[in-house]
Amino acid sequence: MHISDAAQQPVPMPPATKGLSSERTAYLDGLLSKARNAAAVFTQYTQQDVDRIVKPMVVAGLEQAQHLARLAVEETKLGVLEDKALKNMVATEFVYNYVKDKRTVGAIREFPERGLVEVAEPIGIILSLTPITNPTSTVLFKCIMAIKTRNAVIFSPHPNAWGCCHAAVRIMYETAVKHGAPEGVFSCLESHDLEDNAYLMHHSDIGLIDATGGPGVVKAAYSSGKPALGVGAGNTPVYLEKTADLNMAVVDILTSKTFDNGTICASEQTVVIDDEIYDLVLKKFTDLGAHVCNEKETKILERTVIDPATGFMQPKAVGQKATDIARMVGIFVKPDTKMLIAPILGVGREHPLSVEKLFPVLSVYRAKSVGEALKVCVDVNHAGGLGHTAVVFSRNDEVIRQFSDVINAGRIIVNSPGSIGAFGGVYNDMVPTFSFGCGTGGGNSTTDNVNIYHYLNIKRVARRTQAHMWFRVPNQIYFNLNAVENLRQVASSSTIIITNPAMEQMGHVDVVRRHLPPQTLVHLSVIPDAEPEVKTILQGVETLNFYKADQIIALGGGSVIDAAKIMKLKYESPDADLEELAAPFMDIRKRVVEYPTEKVHRARLIAISTTSGTGSEVTPFAVLTDKARGRKVTLADYSLTPDIAIVDPQFVMSMPKVLTADTGIDCLTHALEAAVSIHASPYTDSSAMQAIRLVFKYLPISYAHPHDEEARSMMHNAACIAAIAFSNAAVGVNHALAHAFGARFGVSHGRANALMLPHVMVYNASVPSKFMPSPNQKGYVAHKKYATIADLLGLGGNTVDDKVKKLVAATEQLLDQLATPRSIADLGISREEFEAAMPELAKIAFDDPSWRSNPRMPLVSELVELFWLAYEGRALGKTVVVPQSKAR
Amino acid sequence: MSKISAFLKIDAEHVAGDLQAAGAKLDGAPVETTLDFSAVSRINPKALVAMEELARIADEKNVKIGLRGVNVEIYKVLKLVKLVPRFSFLN
Repeated sequence: MHISDAAQQPVPMPPATKGLSSERTAYLDGLLSKARNAAAVFTQYTQQDVDRIVKPMVVAGLEQAQHLARLAVEETKLGVLEDKALKNMVATEFVYNYVKDKRTVGAIREFPERGLVEVAEPIGIILSLTPITNPTSTVLFKCIMAIKTRNAVIFSPHPNAWGCCHAAVRIMYETAVKHGAPEGVFSCLESHDLEDNAYLMHHSDIGLIDATGGPGVVKAAYSSGKPALGVGAGNTPVYLEKTADLNMAVVDILTSKTFDNGTICASEQTVVIDDEIYDLVLKKFTDLGAHVCNEKETKILERTVIDPATGFMQPKAVGQKATDIARMVGIFVKPDTKMLIAPILGVGREHPLSVEKLFPVLSVYRAKSVGEALKVCVDVNHAGGLGHTAVVFSRNDEVIRQFSDVINAGRIIVNSPGSIGAFGGVYNDMVPTFSFGCGTGGGNSTTDNVNIYHYLNIKRVARRTQAHMWFRVPNQIYFNLNAVENLRQVASSSTIIITNPAMEQMGHVDVVRRHLPPQTLVHLSVIPDAEPEVKTILQGVETLNFYKADQIIALGGGSVIDAAKIMKLKYESPDADLEELAAPFMDIRKRVVEYPTEKVHRARLIAISTTSGTGSEVTPFAVLTDKARGRKVTLADYSLTPDIAIVDPQFVMSMPKVLTADTGIDCLTHALEAAVSIHASPYTDSSAMQAIRLVFKYLPISYAHPHDEEARSMMHNAACIAAIAFSNAAVGVNHALAHAFGARFGVSHGRANALMLPHVMVYNASVPSKFMPSPNQKGYVAHKKYATIADLLGLGGNTVDDKVKKLVAATEQLLDQLATPRSIADLGISREEFEAAMPELAKIAFDDPSWRSNPRMPLVSELVELFWLAYEGRALGKTVVVPQSKAR
Repeated sequence: MSKISAFLKIDAEHVAGDLQAAGAKLDGAPVETTLDFSAVSRINPKALVAMEELARIADEKNVKIGLRGVNVEIYKVLKLVKLVPRFSFLN
């Protein structure tokens, strides 16, 4: 329903209604009042109620088809009785056939797999303007649609078709009410008055104007400011191409153009005929009763049936028989002539017959080529027929395709008659209609065949859906001391070990070599101990190509493993554009770029990590430094994940204490952020929680007793398990802050994480100023997750708040044990220097994609505050004064 | 001052008639009238006209009319024809 509250207010008089008498206003308000009540009552009806009313209406329409046709012809003096009767039957029987099983009440369509239901809501009162050319059929059609959709209609017929339309409305109304429709559901203006129309069009109770008719009516409807379905004039071009079935085409065109004496706006207007078949086609037309005008006769037609002043057809010719038109203009034709054919040489005002002619006069044009034919069709289409209907007769699919591409028409009818074809349901499977939407080309709101769905407000009931989630890990993970021995199981004819100088010096490379099957050809590619650069990658790919590698072993920390991932990508898919692949994304499943799946080489990637932090051996991420452009890019795709991960603690036994601390904190940060991420799942929680437990237990031991094998082994496992968690749940705002700060001040990633960690935990545990949209989470759970972790660690506490505090305190205690700097100030960075860097730091942190999985959506001001908290150090019991000038 | 009130049950089969009768009884009678719609599942245009008339009379006589047991479908009908503010709704 569409009755606004403004209905209570006096209706402002539009300019056109200022002269309306009070009696007239009262009359119109009475109609509106009845319609309003009927529409309101109608909202209570069920689908069964509605369907019980529609069927007898259709039967009544069919029974009265001839009677109404006779009334229409007698009153309008247009068209053909038999054809009008046929139109009345199409408007009832064919429309019923389309609507009878359609749901139009309540839930009308359901998409359970998408969690969507479409529910129908009636419009309320529709003001329906009907044309002179198809008067009764349009009324029958609209009445059936209105009842099916539970709407009330006030009809305003064309003044020269009022009597027959009134009769049609009465038949439909009486039948509908007899079968249960609410009284007042249809009414028909007792006379036609432009001021009445203007008053109704502007009335707040009218929900929709459905205007079928000439351009004036349509324009008035759209100009009213109301939602409107305005469908109007056409100028149908027809391309009769040389491959067409000519007998069929000629009969179809004759059938269509003479149907109801050409009053249907979808009927053929200009037929463009290929040169090769032109004469033959005209002969066939002549044989079947058409009269082909000579040059003189054509000139007579041009100045008689077309108004030279306006360039439009003369009303006196509309809907008249060909013989009557010939007599009217003084052309001699045989008494059984069905149609006049007028050859034209072009389109436009200088060729008057190239416009719409709602009578049986057809223009024809001889085209020398397909190109010329299509251009002339485009010209006709643009000479008043945009968006309406076009016809093509051809057996050549390419011609049909080209025609469909260049012609702007809501209906492109192929190898069938234009007028009857456009109705739908007779020659094709289009929706049956008596209103042809012409799209924006025709100044209309739709290109559809107007149907029941245009008489409904369709409400979408969208249930919450959960995104499909995943848990992906490498195919094989070997862990514990001497896990490297598993290399013996993997066959390779050419293996490249990618590593850095330190690994070679420490003898780790030799350990790996020793464990490869003896027949494996092994080559070494030593890269700098730094985040990989483009140059390093390209050199590595050259090596892989040179040795035709089928296996890559990455031996080192995160940088080496990242380099190997990118080398493998470029080796297997040389055309991969790293710049493009690094494009940002919100949701990995909906990302714009696609990683290559076609591969010219295939190589297995085995990652052996020599630090216990990044977990790169199991992650789908790789960071690349582009020195030429002075920036880093992050590649992320599950195709980057190594095939095999070896988590062997023998490679980390000699890690220095500082590295042990920094990488261990990185591991803890991964696990804590994955645990509270909006992408966390029971699968990632199990990994994250276990990693946290292992870090709290074994990191202090690893740090204090570097040779403790169990502690080293467990920390190595913890790093891998935490990485499995964040590979699937992602990280959070801690990483965004650490990335920005670490890059700006040259602080290691783990240490930068440590400086932020307690503050971020307190931040995430408090009530967000802005929630992060997260369809997979039910409510805000970050603080409860921290409390669960505190329970897991046996920290005690009675309330969630207590437990969070204890977890933060335990984290701070751990950081103290690792002797890691506890404030940015401790690093020797002055307050002034930090303050000066803050705008850039905040910007970079906000641009960092890491926080997009954080449970709280950070405001820039909050990022600034977190930076300042980290500057001061210590999370619990601290208040920090943020310099106001830099807070935003 | 004590309030005078009346309670009328509306018959589902005679909604319009009952409403007209209720309107007639408003003449010089109680200052509050409650109409029980709990037996009514649907109203028709005649009933709607009767409700409009009842609301008009109630305004004229300064009588408050409360509707009890109105289902949501009927409530929506009344909302669409702007009659909701003319009555009070009781659960």
